[in-house]
Amino acid sequence: MSGNADTYWKSNLKIVSALLSVWFFISFGCGILFVDYLDQFRFGGFKLGFWIAQQGAILVFVALIYIYIYLMDKLDDKYNLESTKKDGADLINQKGASE
Amino acid sequence: MSVQTWTFIFVFLTFGLYIGIAVWSRARSTSDFYVAGSDVPPLANGMATAADWMSAASFISMAGLISFLGRDGTFYLMGWTGGYVLLALLLAPYLRKFGKFTVPDFIGDRYYSKLARLIAVFCAITISFVYVCGQMQGAGIVFSRFLEVDITTGVIIGMAIVFFYAVMGGMKGITYTQVAQYCVLIFAFMVPAIFISILMTGVAIPQVGFGSELTESFGGGYLLDRLDGMSEELGFATYTEGQRSTQDVFFITAALMFGTAGLPHVIIRFFTVPNVRDARRSAGYALIFIAILYTTAPAVAAFAKTNLINTVDNVEYNQVPEWFTKWEATNLISFNDKNSDGRIQYVGDPEKNELEVNRDIMVLANPEIAGLPNWVVALVAAGALAAALSTAAGLLLVISTAVAHDLMKRSFSPSMTERQELLYARIAIFVAVIIAGYVGINPPAYVAQVVAYAFGLAAASFFPAIVLGIFQKRMNKHGAIAGMLTGFLFTAGYIIFFKTLNPSLDNPEGWWLGISPEGVGTLGTIVNLIAAYTVSKFTPEPPIEVQEIVQNIRLPGETVSR
Repeated sequence: MSGNADTYWKSNLKIVSALLSVWFFISFGCGILFVDYLDQFRFGGFKLGFWIAQQGAILVFVALIYIYIYLMDKLDDKYNLESTKKDGADLINQKGASE
Repeated sequence: MSVQTWTFIFVFLTFGLYIGIAVWSRARSTSDFYVAGSDVPPLANGMATAADWMSAASFISMAGLISFLGRDGTFYLMGWTGGYVLLALLLAPYLRKFGKFTVPDFIGDRYYSKLARLIAVFCAITISFVYVCGQMQGAGIVFSRFLEVDITTGVIIGMAIVFFYAVMGGMKGITYTQVAQYCVLIFAFMVPAIFISILMTGVAIPQVGFGSELTESFGGGYLLDRLDGMSEELGFATYTEGQRSTQDVFFITAALMFGTAGLPHVIIRFFTVPNVRDARRSAGYALIFIAILYTTAPAVAAFAKTNLINTVDNVEYNQVPEWFTKWEATNLISFNDKNSDGRIQYVGDPEKNELEVNRDIMVLANPEIAGLPNWVVALVAAGALAAALSTAAGLLLVISTAVAHDLMKRSFSPSMTERQELLYARIAIFVAVIIAGYVGINPPAYVAQVVAYAFGLAAASFFPAIVLGIFQKRMNKHGAIAGMLTGFLFTAGYIIFFKTLNPSLDNPEGWWLGISPEGVGTLGTIVNLIAAYTVSKFTPEPPIEVQEIVQNIRLPGETVSR
């Protein structure tokens, strides 16, 4: 099983680093570093850079968390890591009993 | 009915609701008191987290700050939401798996050290305390303006309510009142925003109205173009262009993100759900609920700024609307007729400008400025109170658990019974409420400033220590302690240097690398990481049991493989 735990952790790290790259690119990249360049494009009353900085980035953040939830659920299923019960409940119960 | 009558009705109803919930959800065990028995459904935890997170600052001040910062206001918007991505991906699931009660619990166990635990207790109490004083002040302002009681009475009423449900229900009571408070605050924020959006652009969704054309009576043309034009005409900075340097905006945004992910009162919310999957889900719900307000706020900022300029610029002073005179009484808006022509000149040039507007007014007075019905104006007061009280309760709980659990039980008196621990937790909340109330009534000048720096301190102390604790098995106690101390002291030192010792240097030329004290938390995070790495390289690796803890928290579920 310890081999499994390692591959699970590696897949987890891959998912996290891919999503964080998008997070960095959208917020710090598009929202801050390239914002003036993007401002030359317009849609409706918005300049693109301004819109990403004040609206778009937040929507991307929400999407990133949901992609993460989806991918991790799939990964947990693949490795049979059920977490339907209370995780760590034993720990707390033991603690309660010893007090 | 008058605004005041409506405000009384709303405040009375919502406070009654909070007390009802507190009675219904009394805490019976330490687990109830600290983590609501780890039994909160993810949707409810998402709402509670959103209310916990969105404080008087988000509700009252943020839109106003943005309307004066223009595009630079972005660092609040991205900083205070982007941190949730870090929280969801790097912290929440693992800390939930760890399955204890507090942040110092994690630091103390993961770094097998009483000293590390005590440093964490100190940081948690400092950060939370600084933050809670601001909430009490916010509640005081709302009471004094809308109910026309003095600030002292206002703060005492707020203290009494928080005290009642925090002491009775602990985390359980706080969680379910926060769910109710989220509903109140989001309703109170959205209703005026929708009204104003319809009034000014004819579009019911503020986020869309933000990029739409103004109606004929407001002069037509795209809202943002018009706002840019008016700002330039009056000599203000262009609204949709940045004024601060790129690196400063970058560093402030990062400091707020890391700080958000390191704030103990937010982190402990993820201890209250049943399991790891639910921890991830509730982070998703929390950010959705937060995003509703955070995408509306910049729209409100632009609407309010346009409306303010339209309403007051070049208007005769004795013709000003009623709200103007009312807010003048609270000193949040002031007019000084420099050229004695009896008209208000609101312009960018400080020599000629005759109007001073406090940022906080933009949300509180916005419905009045737009001429919305009295009940909408009153709703804002109830929403602001919900925002202030829900955050205050979460922070007080952190202080109380840090004292009762981490300090008394885990550090000094492990033989204490559960009943004694619960009693200490309640006494600690009582003392914290009294002190916070006192500071709210007699605010020392620095408190309001320091609130903003709580983020920098959290970013430089907790965030790296927790992330390294999960992702670096080799990280040992020496490294973590060195990191937390250098990060915290560096950040606090930088802030104190510019804010108290050398205020004359507090400008872009004086700052080191052009980074303002607001953004220095990012450097603090980096200093923490470097110190932690270097020290851990030259000191022994952590004991095998600790490495097993790390292995264990990385995997969700009971089927742990060793």
